[in-house]
Amino acid sequence: MTLDRVKRGQFFKIASIMDDLTRTQAIRFGLTEGALLSCEEVVPAGPIVVRRNSQLLALGRGLAGQILVEPAKVNVRC
Amino acid sequence: MAQCHGSVGLKNMPGGSRRIVLAGNPNTGKSVFFNHLTGLYADVSNYPGTTLEISRGRFGNDVIIDTPGVYGISSFNDEERIARDIILSADVVINVVDAVHLERDLFLTQQIIDTGVPVVVALNMMDEAGRQGLTINAGLLGDLLGVPVVPTVAVRKKGFAELKEHLPAARAGHMTPGLDGLTDRLLALTGSRGEALLVLEGDPVVAGRHGLQPQNRREEIYLKRRQRVNHIVRQVMGETSRGASFGSLLGRWMIKPATGLPILALALYAMYQVIGVFIAGTVVGFTEETVMLERYEPLVQDLAGRFVERESALGTILVGEFGLLTMTFTYLLGLLLPLVTGFYFFLSLFEDSGYLPRVATLVDRLLNGVGLNGRGVIPLILGFGCVTMATITTRLLSSERERRIAIVLLGLTIPCSAQMGVIAGMLAAVGGLYAALYALVIFTVLVVAGTILNTVLPGRPTDLIIDLPPLRLPRADNVLKKTGTKSFNFMKEAFPLFALGSVIISVLQVTGILEFLQDLLAPLTAGWLNLPKEAATAFIMGIVRRDFGAAGLTDMALTPVQTAVALITVTLFVPCIASVLIIFKERSKQEAAMIWGGSWAAAFLTGGAVSQLYGAFGGGTGSRGIVWIILACLGTAVATVLVCLLIKRRGRAAAERGPGGG
Repeated sequence: MTLDRVKRGQFFKIASIMDDLTRTQAIRFGLTEGALLSCEEVVPAGPIVVRRNSQLLALGRGLAGQILVEPAKVNVRC
Repeated sequence: MAQCHGSVGLKNMPGGSRRIVLAGNPNTGKSVFFNHLTGLYADVSNYPGTTLEISRGRFGNDVIIDTPGVYGISSFNDEERIARDIILSADVVINVVDAVHLERDLFLTQQIIDTGVPVVVALNMMDEAGRQGLTINAGLLGDLLGVPVVPTVAVRKKGFAELKEHLPAARAGHMTPGLDGLTDRLLALTGSRGEALLVLEGDPVVAGRHGLQPQNRREEIYLKRRQRVNHIVRQVMGETSRGASFGSLLGRWMIKPATGLPILALALYAMYQVIGVFIAGTVVGFTEETVMLERYEPLVQDLAGRFVERESALGTILVGEFGLLTMTFTYLLGLLLPLVTGFYFFLSLFEDSGYLPRVATLVDRLLNGVGLNGRGVIPLILGFGCVTMATITTRLLSSERERRIAIVLLGLTIPCSAQMGVIAGMLAAVGGLYAALYALVIFTVLVVAGTILNTVLPGRPTDLIIDLPPLRLPRADNVLKKTGTKSFNFMKEAFPLFALGSVIISVLQVTGILEFLQDLLAPLTAGWLNLPKEAATAFIMGIVRRDFGAAGLTDMALTPVQTAVALITVTLFVPCIASVLIIFKERSKQEAAMIWGGSWAAAFLTGGAVSQLYGAFGGGTGSRGIVWIILACLGTAVATVLVCLLIKRRGRAAAERGPGGG
């Protein structure tokens, strides 16, 4: 599943990021492969807002489509 | 690219002094530190080869240099390249870190530490972190990083004394594990650990300086660094409480279209009420009419009259209709100052509250249509303040393509606050329908121009990646200070250009060239736009400053339609001299000249089309004609978008069939 398909409130882990440049940019923002994120908001046809710890990031839909994620199995602390 | 002036970019360094460099992510409060440490004696200059401004100031015997806010140092954009070069040549780096975004900010911190330069970390915004229930063990953070860490609250001047105390203790910190072996091998070739690191990270410019091939280990190093930072953050940070506050709920509403668009509309409406109605009407009525026109101008004319003949050429240039001492001061102080201050007040409010990035998220999809991403909304909104400044801020956009589109749209369609003030006043006088016509025509031009550029220029808009800071109540002192500084800087910048403009116009008037140009443009103004031929003066003045152009129309007797047509034309017309100079600086000469010429064409084509359509739809028979023009506008916009979509789809299909067809 790609990141643009996640639903609000869902927890997931980043499996892989396809594009090279996107991947290095993402690492700076803390989005590494294996990072645990939650989806804060999905703007219809627009960006996906994800939360990683206390940080909120808005990712354009095209970018989100390049990030492969897998749903996190365990419910983490809220 | 690979200039061999080493890594030093600034001249006139006093001998024997140390270079203390301030570095940090965007919006961490670096400038507050800079202002506090250097006092009043800052020297702002352009970084060689760019228009990015770099501030330098004295701190005792040493020099303090500010850097642009970046998330890392590499060659991704101008800001990073400059920050990289200044940091590589630093003797000490003061790294300002936002305590609320520790995980994000420490990536840069660790990268700076990895270059081997001595570092002190200012752990800023500790109050905000506390409010959000975050606790950070600064002592432990210092031990783990291997450099002094000083907690600060810059806006309240907390921690500055401690920071100064710890400055001599700055030292090279603990590198990312596994890196030292790699850099050691390159050290002999580059002569510095920092440069060796950047060669390893694949920085082509730094590698080129040493005649080396950039190495392809960026991702490996970034991942190691990221892991280390995450590890450190886990150890030093604790969360005492969390939970959905009102702020986060409101923040969510701001992003969702169903609630976000009404909130945005409300914010813009409030802005319009304050700036467009209250300031442009009541305040300017007092400052321009009562103070400047009734008191100041007669006084200065009287004074000047004692020394020069009022009707002489010199008299006209000094205190005539467009006089240096009369019009320049009246417009600048009576009209511009209140408007610009009002605008910057709102902008500071939006900036300080964390609303701007949320607007960027909300409108991302819409701006994709005109070839920008959500970030593009910041220069576009800024453009309503001052197109010149907005043109400079297009640097924050991620690609050349986006900068080009944003600059064209700014120059063509966005009226600056000064012009808006005049326009709003004139539109209010002719009624809502004409105001709607004006707004729709300008909006159509924006959509059409943006969509066409997005189709014609190769490539596609880059994806948005923006950090949403916590929503907070803006601090009054912060907002006021920002408003004050920005307004003052604007005035400082605008004054000479304004004065120059008034001299040019007066000279044209005295020599009779103005009248000659009026006659020359008459077929355009009178024949095609159906305006009085004197309107040409407004356009000629508009070349100098946009609001000159609009203001030149206020004294003319125009019908409502003529008003709308004149305002549309003058809005789309070339940006002011200051903006044009900046455009020439930022883009190639050829491109800048095309933008300038293109605005002439777009302005007269659009204005004329509206005027001619109005005639074709029956002219003076009331509002029917206007409604038809509005519909024609919407039709044009929709048609353009559809055609462009079609072209794009075809292009994509062809591309898929082409090379990959086997």
